[in-house]
Amino acid sequence: MADVNRGNRPLSPHLTIYRPQLTSMTSILTRITGNAMLIAALLIVWWFLAAATSEGYFNAVNGFVTSWFGDLIMFFSVLGLWYHTLAGIRHLIWDNAIAMDIPTAEKLGWACIGGSVVLTILTALIV
Amino acid sequence: MAYLTDRKRALGLGSAKTGTAHFWSMKVSSVALLILIPLFVFTFGPALGGTYEEILAYYSRPWPAIVAALTLVVGFKHFNDGVQTLIEDYVHGTANKVAIILMTCLSYGAAAIGVFAIARLAL
Repeated sequence: MADVNRGNRPLSPHLTIYRPQLTSMTSILTRITGNAMLIAALLIVWWFLAAATSEGYFNAVNGFVTSWFGDLIMFFSVLGLWYHTLAGIRHLIWDNAIAMDIPTAEKLGWACIGGSVVLTILTALIV
Repeated sequence: MAYLTDRKRALGLGSAKTGTAHFWSMKVSSVALLILIPLFVFTFGPALGGTYEEILAYYSRPWPAIVAALTLVVGFKHFNDGVQTLIEDYVHGTANKVAIILMTCLSYGAAAIGVFAIARLAL
C-alpha cells in the first residue's frame, strides 16, 4: 500500500456503534465458545496424564475434575461444545453460499442456541 | 524505498499461493471433529467419575483410547488454527507473533502429552 497519510479517521465501524443483532451475537459466541474450551481440553489432558502416572496423582486430579467446580466447568464446556459444533455446521453450510439471507441466518442462529441447550440436557442425561 | 512506486514494490513478489490454506485446514479438521466429538463425548463422558482401576481397564481398550487420542490431536490442531485467527484480529505487532508462537507450543504440547498419556494407559 502507498505510504500516504490517510488522516486520523476511524478504520471501520466498530462493535461499540453496532446494535447487537442475533447474527453478530451468534458469531461472537462461536469464537468465545471455541476458545474457552481450551480450559476443559487442558483439564482432560491433565486427567489423562494423571491416570497414566499413578493412583495417588489420579485421585487428586480426578477429585478436582469431578468436584462441583470441575462439574461446573465441564457442564458449561459441553454447552459450549455443542453450540460451537452446531455453529460450525452453520459455517459449513454457509461455505456453499447458501442460507446466507438474514431471515434464514437468524433461524439457523436460533437453531444453534436451542439445539445446543437440548443436546447439553441430553448429554447430561445419557452421560 | 521512498522513491519506489507501489507497483514496483510489489512486482515479482507474486502471491504466496497459500491464501486458502488456513481456511481449508479449518474445514478439514472441523469435518473430522463432527465425527470425533460425539464419539469422544459418549466414550469419555461415561468413563469420567470411575475409579482408578476402572479407568485403567477402560482406556486399555483400543476403541476409547483411539477415539480420545484422535480427538485430542485433531481438536488441538483445530484450536491452534482458530486461536491464530483470534490473535490476528486483536493482537498486533511483536505481541501478535509471540502470542501465536506460545499458543502453537501449547496446542502441540498439550496434544503430545495427551497422546503420550493415552498410549501409556492403553499399552
